[in-house]
Amino acid sequence: VPTPALIDSDVLERVLSASLAKGGDMAEVFAEDRQTSSAVLDDRRIEELSSGRERGAGIRVVIGETTGFAHTADLSEAGLLAAAEAAAAVARRGGGGTATALPPRRPAPDRDAVLPSTVEKSAKLELLSRADDAARSAGGSITQVQVGYGDSRRRVLIASTEGLLAEDDQIRTRFNVSCVATGDTGQQTGFESVARTEGFEVFGRYAVEEIARIAAARAIGKLEARPAPSGELPVVLAGGSGGILFHEACGHGLEADHIVKDASVYVGQVGELVASPLVTLIDDGTVSGEWGNYAVDDEGKPAARNVLIENGVLTDYMWDWLRARKEGRPSSGNGRRQSYQHLPMVRMTNTFLLAGTESADELIAQTPRGVYVAKLGGGQVNTATGDFVFGTSEAYLIEDGKITTPLRDANLIGNGPEVLRRIDAVADDFAMMPGTCGKDGQSVPVGCGQATLRIGGITIGGTAA
Amino acid sequence: VSDLFALAERIVGRAKAGEEIEAYVARGHDVEVRAYEGEVESLSSATTGGIGVRVLVANGSEGARLGFAWAGSLDEEVVESTVVEARDNAMFATPDPDVAFATPDGVEADELDLWDPSVANIATDDKVALALDLERQVRADPRIRQVSSADYGDERIEVALASTTGIRSFTHRTAAFLSASAIAGEGSDSHTGTGFSVARGFAGLDTDRAAKDAILRSTRMLGATKPPSDRLTVVFDPRVVSTLLSIISSALSGEAVVKGRSFFAGRVGEKVATGSFTLVDDPTDPRAFAAAAHDAEGLACRRTVLIDSGVLQGFLYDTVSARRAGTASTGSAVRGGYAGTPGPGCRALVLQPGHHDQQAILAVVGEGVYVQSVTGVHSGVNAVSGDFSVGIEGLMIRDGELAEPVREVTVASTLQRMLQSVLHVGSDIEWLPGIAAGQTLAIGDMQLSGS
Repeated sequence: VPTPALIDSDVLERVLSASLAKGGDMAEVFAEDRQTSSAVLDDRRIEELSSGRERGAGIRVVIGETTGFAHTADLSEAGLLAAAEAAAAVARRGGGGTATALPPRRPAPDRDAVLPSTVEKSAKLELLSRADDAARSAGGSITQVQVGYGDSRRRVLIASTEGLLAEDDQIRTRFNVSCVATGDTGQQTGFESVARTEGFEVFGRYAVEEIARIAAARAIGKLEARPAPSGELPVVLAGGSGGILFHEACGHGLEADHIVKDASVYVGQVGELVASPLVTLIDDGTVSGEWGNYAVDDEGKPAARNVLIENGVLTDYMWDWLRARKEGRPSSGNGRRQSYQHLPMVRMTNTFLLAGTESADELIAQTPRGVYVAKLGGGQVNTATGDFVFGTSEAYLIEDGKITTPLRDANLIGNGPEVLRRIDAVADDFAMMPGTCGKDGQSVPVGCGQATLRIGGITIGGTAA
Repeated sequence: VSDLFALAERIVGRAKAGEEIEAYVARGHDVEVRAYEGEVESLSSATTGGIGVRVLVANGSEGARLGFAWAGSLDEEVVESTVVEARDNAMFATPDPDVAFATPDGVEADELDLWDPSVANIATDDKVALALDLERQVRADPRIRQVSSADYGDERIEVALASTTGIRSFTHRTAAFLSASAIAGEGSDSHTGTGFSVARGFAGLDTDRAAKDAILRSTRMLGATKPPSDRLTVVFDPRVVSTLLSIISSALSGEAVVKGRSFFAGRVGEKVATGSFTLVDDPTDPRAFAAAAHDAEGLACRRTVLIDSGVLQGFLYDTVSARRAGTASTGSAVRGGYAGTPGPGCRALVLQPGHHDQQAILAVVGEGVYVQSVTGVHSGVNAVSGDFSVGIEGLMIRDGELAEPVREVTVASTLQRMLQSVLHVGSDIEWLPGIAAGQTLAIGDMQLSGS
């Protein structure tokens, strides 16, 4: 038996018609029901078990180049009609309201997931204690451990005057461990997480003890770390260490909202060689279970696999409804929003580099001197200049083709198009990593992936001469 | 006011024997306008509201257990389920003698005027006109190729807090913003600059200033190149200093200290910075963007001296972290809205001003680099280890004046070393959005990584 719709179709039809009563090209209702639970174990105590519930709808009315938007936590017909009137305040042309007929409902696909709400709280908390024990037994230098668990179920419904009616039911689970290690040289931190668009079954495949041990080892290893070098060196990024390189070096710059405003270095570059021929970059919201996975985007468009760069040649940008309309083409299924309280915009899903053929070990052996990055932290880009940074959270020197001394955390800085051209080797050990992407005040879950690769030279922002 | 308080009281009234309840009830109104190419790109308006409920269940001599639940709604019907859920969550927490709600501590809250009714009374058309005017002013400069965003925004926030431990507080504040992001130049010599103005109300906004700042910051970067690596003095722009102080503040959180996650732990009374460095958190100064009369547990906000002439004085505490540390709350609880739980944090950091303005500091420094903006703060600054590495854009300082622009470089050190290398604190206090004021700051002996 399918779950009842968040809003009945006859109510949606009346609200959509009312949204265009004063004119406009398109009106859309985005309804959301989000249930979350989270737990934190810190300083050896289960400190906080938290549950939350949020329901509401955002209504947008598009007229020419102008968008009106309003949202409400009141999903009754009266509440929705009030939001529709507020959103329609931008429409002044007048003109008649057109009747909207929605297609029959197609409930969200069944994810076959173990719903978080069906799992005992004690079972979730047991994971925290197990991870805490594992991290603390990793070494005497571990002085603090924080373990976090979180799950969410996000049901969405999108209906528009273009005759669209779509639903999705997104279940996400995350688990993360942060450790502090203390030694003669001060303190260092280590972090590791697993985050999947799946239910509680995820813990059948991922052992929380292993996540904890990785985080602990990362912190302990850095106690012996030397300051990172300052200046330009070859850099080898480990497989799955963070496709965030591509997320920052070109992903954001390929989002069509930056393109249509001429605020990206990749404007007018379709068909041009923008990267090393070793680079084939994909954005794919359909990859089941990955952190940036969904059935339909937050505009009701099915997720798709989009080739962005093929053998170094730029093939396409990423699109949402608004920017695609401007160019007279279809959306690529990249219209996303943080919640019903936000307007959608172009966002990445799971962005990854296709694997190459070399062996990762040989790639390292063929690097006389450089930096090996086992794990990346976050990053940031200025799409208009292409300059971007990304931080290391586990890195080592490469000397004579061997991984040697651990390095303290530092940012690396480069220019997107230049760095993409300098990728001179890609190995065959592909892996994905979850992340949270922030843009214009909105956060969404994304995946990043890549195999071990080498950048011929990039500036490392350390302090060692 | 009264409806939010009444709801908070009804939630608190559901407490059973042997338990305490705290209710945080918040409502916000906001308007946002974005202008683009002389038109309204988007106009959003919304009212949001929600409740956050904490339940504390006594557990004999072992202390108490704490549970939390929230709902993004002010409807009466969600109250019951939220209280039940918070109570159930408490059953699974570890009993802890230090877990407690705030109780009135006798400190009188200041009367602060943080509410400007103009944000509610001004017509939407006037707000739209301001955003359009801002965009027009930035585009009027022939060197500006694009204005990627020109925004007007305002917000009204009201919070009622009540608890079975005697807390009753109400805080409300307004804010209005203007911000513009400009792009100057063409092709590979494109540069961005953001200008903004922030005020309690509509009348305090300065379109001219926001436009000029966006133009200056983008156009002075034209022709920027990547300089060679060097060890030098760095002069940070007030906006960047506001960010730096916010990062340092996480190591001054009493919670980070008691949990062994701060490089300041165990160093009270020691000289952690140069003598010119005096850092105060004063949320009772109404000029501060995040000024407040009451903290997020309902205690009076108060002035706390954190570092005095380079000597570490103490930390910021909420109720629980203070109990763990064997001290009293400094009225420094903050939380991220109704869906968050309280923890200690700064609201209004400011450095005791020095004697020189920015121009005078540049003149005294002579040679170095001036940092206009930083990137990668989240990935390159670690408040536990103190490691510091950020991407920068700025201008070289030559003969005491701003010279050629530089880009695609980093500056690095450690926070500990930076505090001991402060050369000058500016007299130019700017009240910026966020939790810290901005002032020019010169720090010696940092590593610039370039070509």
